[in-house]
Amino acid sequence: MPESNRGFSAYFRRDLLLAYRRRGEVASPVIFFVMVATLIPLGVTPEPDSLKEMAPGIIWVMALLATLLSAEGLFVSDYKDGSLEQLLISPNLLVMPIFGKVTAHWITTGLPLTLASPLIALMLSLPSVAYLPMMAGLALGTGCLSFLAAIGAALTVSLQKGSLLLTLIVMPLYMPVIIFGSAVVQYSIDGMAWSGPLAILGAMLTAAIALCPLAIAAVLRLTTIN
Amino acid sequence: MINDACLTLNDGEILQIEGPNGSGKTTLLRILTTALQPSGGEILYQGQILSECQFDYLSNILFLGHQSALKLTLTAEENLSWITSELPGSISVLNALERVGLRGYSDIPCHSLSAGQQRRVALARLLLSNAKIWFLDEPFAALDGQGVKFVEQCMERHVNGGGAVMLTTHQPIRMESVRRYSLVDSSDGEALDA
Repeated sequence: MPESNRGFSAYFRRDLLLAYRRRGEVASPVIFFVMVATLIPLGVTPEPDSLKEMAPGIIWVMALLATLLSAEGLFVSDYKDGSLEQLLISPNLLVMPIFGKVTAHWITTGLPLTLASPLIALMLSLPSVAYLPMMAGLALGTGCLSFLAAIGAALTVSLQKGSLLLTLIVMPLYMPVIIFGSAVVQYSIDGMAWSGPLAILGAMLTAAIALCPLAIAAVLRLTTIN
Repeated sequence: MINDACLTLNDGEILQIEGPNGSGKTTLLRILTTALQPSGGEILYQGQILSECQFDYLSNILFLGHQSALKLTLTAEENLSWITSELPGSISVLNALERVGLRGYSDIPCHSLSAGQQRRVALARLLLSNAKIWFLDEPFAALDGQGVKFVEQCMERHVNGGGAVMLTTHQPIRMESVRRYSLVDSSDGEALDA
């Protein structure tokens, strides 16, 4: 029966369409990312040398907060309107729809963050050699962040105000990503080979792609079944 | 809490679950659609334990709950074609919308539709589905007389074609072939057979 035979692409396309319909809402994490980073030179110091020191860390912390900001809605609306239930009782595996949803989430948060990051790098007077590594690192790293945040979103899906709990659950999981992500930028500033930490980010992303949808599927069944 | 419920649903049968608010009608339907785990008991499908034929069973059921699973920012047509995996703009989707009385509303976002109209979009699934067993939780909620009649016609056609319907409602159904099962004075047993 074709009725429930839907996998990756159906959910991917639908979530992108939904995001497109409320683009203002979707754009807010990116605007947050840019705005907060603008406050740093104003609030801390406009001195290029000290800004340069802090830039990798600031960019990554902002990216982390921006993905967290948008992660809560990943499953909540589906849970509220009943489409999550329909997904759970469909005969097919949950993994591919979830993969599709998380990928759509990355397209609407991680990718725009990556594309907006040179703007922030400019404001934080990051040397231009670090731009490319930073963007490569962010592209891979935000992918990991989306998958990890989706686990937290699945765990908190049935809660009324789950966003703070989501943050507490997911934050520790973000640490490796942030360490290696800012290392990529730092290495490139210091003129060292930055492919090492980038490769680790890539490895983390592949592991996240392989394992997180399984975890999310199990968690969704667990949180909605009672 | 439902204790000791035992019911059988046969082909070509409409079974109405009755009971006061909070007696567990929705819970029962959610258990039968595997959205909830029963704390005890067994579901049998064509004589087999559900875990042995889960794919087969789930491929053959349609569940329409209180929540209509509609995305409010999508149009009626987009919602329906997505839920039923039809191609957007396909004739059958537009046809189904026309038959539920939403002709000309196909490109209106669902948040601009009234509650009854949203319900009709969700119910249009019944026209496009080829599932054998329908689980309808309060299908008449928010519907006007005409809408109720439409659902009754759908159910009638479905059971005449060999399908089965299990529904919960507080409204009297104007159909002859409805069997009733009450959750209040239920007999003991634990096999839920579909």
